[in-house]
Amino acid sequence: MTARPATQPGHAAVAADGESDDAMLDRLQRTAFDYFLQFANLDNGLLADTTRDGAPSSIAVVGFALSSYPIGVERGWMKRTDAVQRTLASLHFFMASDQSGSAEATGYRGFYFHFLDMQRGTRVWRCELSPIDTTILIAGMLSAAAYFDADTPDETELRRLANALYERVDWLWMQHDGVTVMQGWKPECGFLHYGWEGYSEALLLYALGLGSPTHALTEQSFHAWTMTYQWENLYGTDFLYAGPLFIHQFSHAWIDFRGIRDAFMREKNCDYFENSRRATYIQRKYAILNPRSFVGYDAEHWGLSAGDGPSADARQVAGRQQAFYGYAARGLPYGPDDGTIAGSATASSLVFAPEIVLPALRALLADGVAGNVDLIHASGFNATLGEAPGKVWITTDIFGLDQGMIVLMIENYRSGQPWRLMRDLSCIRDGLRRADFSGGWLEQRPGAQP
Amino acid sequence: MTQVRPTLEDQGANPYDRERWAQVRPPAWHNPRPRACYDWLVIGAGPAGLTAARSAAALGARVALVENHLLGGVSLNYGTVSSQSLIRTSRLYAEMRDAACYGARAPTHIEVDFPLAMERMRRIRARLAHLDSAANIAALGIDLFFGTARFVSDDTIDLDGIRLQFKKALIATGSRSLLPTLPGLTEAGYLTNETVFDLTTLPASLLVIGGGPVGCELAQAFSRLGSRTVLVHDQPLFLPKEERDAAQLLSAALAQDGVEMHLNTTAVNVRMKKGKKVVEIVNDGDVATITADVVLTGIGRTPAVAGLDLEAAGVVFDTAAGIQVNDFLRTSNKRIFAAGDVCMEHMFVDTANASARIATHNALCRGRQRLSALTIPWCTYTDPEITHVGLYVRQARARGIPIKTFTVPMHEVDRALVDGGEEGFVKIHVREGTDTILGATVVGRHASEMINGLSLAMVAGIGLHTIARVIHTYPTQAEAIRKAAQACRESDRPRGRT
Repeated sequence: MTARPATQPGHAAVAADGESDDAMLDRLQRTAFDYFLQFANLDNGLLADTTRDGAPSSIAVVGFALSSYPIGVERGWMKRTDAVQRTLASLHFFMASDQSGSAEATGYRGFYFHFLDMQRGTRVWRCELSPIDTTILIAGMLSAAAYFDADTPDETELRRLANALYERVDWLWMQHDGVTVMQGWKPECGFLHYGWEGYSEALLLYALGLGSPTHALTEQSFHAWTMTYQWENLYGTDFLYAGPLFIHQFSHAWIDFRGIRDAFMREKNCDYFENSRRATYIQRKYAILNPRSFVGYDAEHWGLSAGDGPSADARQVAGRQQAFYGYAARGLPYGPDDGTIAGSATASSLVFAPEIVLPALRALLADGVAGNVDLIHASGFNATLGEAPGKVWITTDIFGLDQGMIVLMIENYRSGQPWRLMRDLSCIRDGLRRADFSGGWLEQRPGAQP
Repeated sequence: MTQVRPTLEDQGANPYDRERWAQVRPPAWHNPRPRACYDWLVIGAGPAGLTAARSAAALGARVALVENHLLGGVSLNYGTVSSQSLIRTSRLYAEMRDAACYGARAPTHIEVDFPLAMERMRRIRARLAHLDSAANIAALGIDLFFGTARFVSDDTIDLDGIRLQFKKALIATGSRSLLPTLPGLTEAGYLTNETVFDLTTLPASLLVIGGGPVGCELAQAFSRLGSRTVLVHDQPLFLPKEERDAAQLLSAALAQDGVEMHLNTTAVNVRMKKGKKVVEIVNDGDVATITADVVLTGIGRTPAVAGLDLEAAGVVFDTAAGIQVNDFLRTSNKRIFAAGDVCMEHMFVDTANASARIATHNALCRGRQRLSALTIPWCTYTDPEITHVGLYVRQARARGIPIKTFTVPMHEVDRALVDGGEEGFVKIHVREGTDTILGATVVGRHASEMINGLSLAMVAGIGLHTIARVIHTYPTQAEAIRKAAQACRESDRPRGRT
């Protein structure tokens, strides 16, 4: 395997405009962080899914916010007491929320509906009770509990609530009558009748679900899920295949997968971090190959992932009839791909391959801004649909998930703080061990430097 | 629900259908005088039955072949040949509309002539019917009987009052369209993949129930011909048995062709309103209705075991799974074998033929050929085509086999670019650390042709390293296979750290 990048690199690199890499990253991270300050409901601690008018809250965005507040405190972007109060508002809300599972409840069996009304905190859009979004929410709660360790009434209460909410999640119930975890549940129809298949962001879900001290998933569930993995050689590189970049990133926002391996990765002499590094390079290679001849794809403009994109009518592009997909999980090599790049996904690969991500970020910054939205924080941009050469189509809305990934992954690169907070949690260690992970920091005692 | 088979009169005065029927069910046919006892009595004259009868006749056996409807079975008369023909026409219309993608000027006004497409289909069926004609069968020395067979004992059948005795028999009665138990469907009327080819005019709108191979093929074809087509499927992806990437590529292709797709959706009832069929559908608890002129069901096929009185012969069967056979295709009655759709999970013409050859060999030559030894490829004839052979990754992993996949997207292949068929891939699965092919999936415009080379390699034990050394004509789409083989060879070369 290739030597991996350090998480605390020297920040000596300086661009032509005189801004160092660290200063650039600080600027990007701060801009993303500000989303959580601007789009929160301070009364209930809910965060808006997007900047769109009337957007509901996404429970996953709340999770990202809860993990971002400690970063904000450490970086001096917010006061610790403010962070504690915002976190407590969220935790109190979820603890007291309607868990009846009715059509307008907030959750059921410790899980929560994907989207909630920003004011009332009740289910909207007839959305599903979402195990993966609940996972991200709980990860945020647990990282907050790990960070706010002071012996004060508020921080003690914060830790108590976070642990209680984690322990309330009935992970085992979400296995339903199958082995692997279901993708959701609705009051109208019960469990969605399909589970997770193939490598995905569910890695974090299984770690938390298996580590639960109260309602743990069966060990067989993880084994059964990994049975659906596909180890592929694509463009000359071996990797655990998944098309969209976010799949290779989300779980890594919280868990440091360097050097720890489950049975699958032992068999392949790899680990999930190294796999994400390879996936990042494959994304770049795909953009260089640019098989669908989109405008603007090159070595510094790459990153197909879930996000917003144009919903334009199909049209001829490079001799093909090209459809445009709006919000979609774009991926390679089979698509969907309509020429839309997710700049936040490029940024969120920083920790895996800084040597190619930093130049890409500088290129995206140099490409300029459109209105108040730049190419990195926007959900997606598309040069093929630019109204004129050099112009790009760009989303007008900012998505909270993207900002959360930028904040956490840049921090993992800069200091490793989100990883460090989670690494010392017994539930994470237990969950990973029950998933048959071993090696690396899992063999060291909590608090030790890996 | 009962399915009624069409009669010649149902076909109208179409000369091509009359020509076909004259071959596969001659109106003036007289059954031969039965012999005292047949070495090999074959029930069902579809692909499996015809193959078994011919193989046995070539061995010098006294053969009786019994058919209750038409020689050639569903494949020739209502199924594969018909759909392939219509698919070809629909592809042409799709390419005409996309002419600009091929550097051509699109015709200014493309008008679909559905009767013309159906006439071509009937002409092709009629031509192929000559190959399986009653006269040709009889000329091989096979006693061909038309009539309805049922067992009366373990070595005798009744054929409309005539007794035929056998030393060995083969049941090759095939399969029938499986119908959804949908309230109101019978009253509203519906088509199956067998009856849809009786249409004389193109329906303005068509609702297809079932996203398996048949449903997807016909949905795409009718959408390309101009029907507003809705496809309802109760699973999260089409083609549930296939690899996820293949199913997702198919979804994209269907969307491109204008098919309105409803995945995870169940049709729950049908009613008529102002001459249209109104179908209620449910998706994750959300109810909606779709209105269509025609409802087509394509949810699969079920073994044709009804009416055979299999109990009288001591043949164990299940109405869902069909006739129970062992690996040698022998039933619970040691005299009686089965082949094709009536006993197999894989309901394909080629597999039916292969199983018929095995059964005939085992029955008449004391053979010990095993069904499980077959390497079975299959194809869904959408555009792009989706083919598979051997193990899927999940199957290999479930068996504890370390597996690695060499993937070549079709956009890496020059010929695919030239042909305008870049959507697709070749995935070849090998036992990790070796070049032994365990399975493969090919998605592409000519995937059904490409998979045969991989099937041959698997049967002959040819590994990817050898394939990498084989010169593949350039440019061809099969070059994708060589590229995958080359990637395997390079991957297995000793090298330093990367």
